[in-house]
Amino acid sequence: MGNHTNKRREFLMTSLKMGVGLAVGSLGVFVPKKADAAIKNVPGWPAATFGKKTFHAAMVSAIGESDVAVSKKIHVSAPTIAENGGAVPVSVVVDWPMTESDYIEAVYLFVEHNPLPLTSEYHFTPANGVAYLAERIKMAKTDYIHVIAKTNTGKLMASVPRKVKVTIGGCGG
Amino acid sequence: MEQFGEPMIRMPSHAKKGSVIEIRSLIVDPMITGLVKNKAGIIPRADFIQSVTITFNDRVLTTAEWGTSVSANPYLAIKMRAETSGTLKMIWRDNRGRQWSTKAKLKVS
Repeated sequence: MGNHTNKRREFLMTSLKMGVGLAVGSLGVFVPKKADAAIKNVPGWPAATFGKKTFHAAMVSAIGESDVAVSKKIHVSAPTIAENGGAVPVSVVVDWPMTESDYIEAVYLFVEHNPLPLTSEYHFTPANGVAYLAERIKMAKTDYIHVIAKTNTGKLMASVPRKVKVTIGGCGG
Repeated sequence: MEQFGEPMIRMPSHAKKGSVIEIRSLIVDPMITGLVKNKAGIIPRADFIQSVTITFNDRVLTTAEWGTSVSANPYLAIKMRAETSGTLKMIWRDNRGRQWSTKAKLKVS
């Protein structure tokens, strides 16, 4: 009988310890995770430009002005209707020579009414042979994609705004 | 649980000198904006890839800076003029100090 009680007590104690252990364990997992979450922007990443909340402000921050002449040399391909705004395929080609003295140095992609309009920027070199990129971007709603290209001599060109009709917004994730 | 990494490059292994080849890449990343609630109803902090560096024979070919509106599991394609044989390397870096890289070889004839 006494033996039985002891075993029972042991069992209770063990489960109690395990319970405490589990609680500490989950706490242990939780704490480092929080510490891990520290934001460390990549050096040189233009945080201020990516943080701008209007198209106008983002453009001024990225290229120094908001009034850029439209050029037919920038070709933007995107679907007319995107079923999933979370992944809209976009490709850009700039019809421009890529020589050591004259090349497309940078390309910026904006979505006019996204919460943060600048989606991405690219820096090319003459070794690219052609200023081309393809990627997938998020679009919150039916909106316009604007692409700005900059040559190594500082000349700016804007694409014809490319409208994409979004049936399901892409804000998730 | 979010998945990360597994960087991948797809490009021709052989090319004629002077031709322009396409380099396509993919990496697994949730690209969390930090602006919207997740399925659990909480707003997770931003967690996304901020920069991609592409070099060929250790010379910078193209760099990309990304915001949170690049889609999850980012796909990126660029082009390169094939001039010499060598190794193309890509490095992805995120806003939590993580980084991934992978390489691909090109033979030019």
